[in-house]
Amino acid sequence: MNDRRTGGPAAEITAEYAKQDAERALGFWIYLMSDAVIFALLFGTYAVMVTRTVGEPSGHALFHLTHTFIETILLLLSSVTFGFATAAVTAGRRNEVLAWLLATFILGTGFIGMELSEFHGMVAQGAGPDRSGFLSSFFTLVGTHGLHVSMGLIWIAILWVQVLVRGLTPFAASRLYRLGLFWHFLDIVWIGIFSVVYLPGLR
Amino acid sequence: MQESPDAAKHTMKPYLIGFGLAVLLTVIPFELVATKALSRTSTMIVIAILALAQGAVHLHYFLHLDLKSASRERLVVLMFAAAVVLLMAGGTLWIMADLNYRMGM
Repeated sequence: MNDRRTGGPAAEITAEYAKQDAERALGFWIYLMSDAVIFALLFGTYAVMVTRTVGEPSGHALFHLTHTFIETILLLLSSVTFGFATAAVTAGRRNEVLAWLLATFILGTGFIGMELSEFHGMVAQGAGPDRSGFLSSFFTLVGTHGLHVSMGLIWIAILWVQVLVRGLTPFAASRLYRLGLFWHFLDIVWIGIFSVVYLPGLR
Repeated sequence: MQESPDAAKHTMKPYLIGFGLAVLLTVIPFELVATKALSRTSTMIVIAILALAQGAVHLHYFLHLDLKSASRERLVVLMFAAAVVLLMAGGTLWIMADLNYRMGM
């Protein structure tokens, strides 16, 4: 890997890599859109199941507005800090990239922590995914999003170490770009979740 | 190297604008639900409109999607996904609502 960062051959490899980079980005975008279809169907399922509470608690009794609001702000802030990391990649500042990625990781971990505590609280009061059609679809939709965010966190950690050890190579920059697409995409899905699940459930 | 600070500032700006707009488009629906200022139906309509608006804000300021040629391919894929979603999710809701009606639920 070292010879790719220094000397003459590096520039050639970089130019070639940049060409493939656009194709990789489009391919990743196609993956994201197919993921969006999965989420849309989970939203559709939720919309059908939301009234099927069969005597078990509904969203009104289970959701907390402030909790969801803080989750929303955490994820939004993490999207912005990732944007700053992207800006730092453009400016070629390795340490800033590492700092903003760390901030994104902490905010994302905070979001997942809050989600897990919500899930745990619901299961503890007897409102687990096995209790009603509503709760099954709720845990499937919100849990699938949470799983995506968790995967994103692992991805951030891996790239953080990569940038720390190898520096801001074209390879790392390219991977960070696609990770950014993934992370911003998950924040858009969350807009759907608080607008379809939490806010209607609480009003 | 002198261009670096400007370059960083320049590329950070859209994220800050996007953040400001996103906060606004988040606080309004949460406030409406907290205060119950509007009827349930009106609140739902406002939530739907602001969610779409915030989605557009994220696409533009965070994912840099616009009508320029560079992102044209992505826009086409997005539109295709939207059509699939409309057919599959929209169709699901239509059929299930119709079943509910016919079964008198």
